[in-house]
Amino acid sequence: MRLEYFQMIDRIVDFDAATGRIHAKAFVPETSPVFEGHFPGYPIMPGVLLIETMAQASGFLILGLNGLSRMPFFAGCKKAKFRRFIEPGAELDVYATLSHDGSGFAVTEAKIEQNGPVCEAELTLKVMDFPAPELVENMRARVQQIGLTPVGDVA
Amino acid sequence: MSSTFDVVADVIAQTSEIPREKITPESHAIDDLGIDSLDFLDIVFALDKKFGIKIPLEQWTQEVNAGKASVEEYFLLKNLCAHIDDLVAKKNA
Repeated sequence: MRLEYFQMIDRIVDFDAATGRIHAKAFVPETSPVFEGHFPGYPIMPGVLLIETMAQASGFLILGLNGLSRMPFFAGCKKAKFRRFIEPGAELDVYATLSHDGSGFAVTEAKIEQNGPVCEAELTLKVMDFPAPELVENMRARVQQIGLTPVGDVA
Repeated sequence: MSSTFDVVADVIAQTSEIPREKITPESHAIDDLGIDSLDFLDIVFALDKKFGIKIPLEQWTQEVNAGKASVEEYFLLKNLCAHIDDLVAKKNA
């Protein structure tokens, strides 16, 4: 994770297009300016960043399924529950499953585990044409970096 | 068995916290009920599940933006319900 750059996912463990599931790894850094404020003397991962981590896993799931043809944007979060605190240095397993493929949007069930449940949520992502060419290139580089092979990607 | 309108109105009331009695077949989802585009995603998600269809929201939005259809064609509730009935009929055909 590079928290300051909002790069939450480090590696894809498994991507199953047939069932619409993804499993990713996210390694919480030992140090970050985020922990200086959240909280002094008691550093823990902010819950909003755990939601962002689930949203990014969901986003990579959708990019994998649509072959990098359209960009998912985080649009909604329901039923979010946080079950325990996450400290610096933690290794997180992030899972997302496509529960609905709508017209211009998708819904996922996502969760994070670390030797047991950490949090879960139902997430909605708006899916639209890439608004900028550099974003396509950035996403293509990111999926290669984390080891995701989108459907139909022969590059 | 509930009518399409009853199902749609119940979904809108639950999703957008709009009093059920304010929702009528003549209600305009945007102008009268004030539903924004992100709320509409939740409503379409619920309607897709309820009716087992995939409402072509992107296509409708593109038609409206291109001037090929009026906003009322898809977002006046009685018209929305008629389109849902068509989608359900096509699915069952």
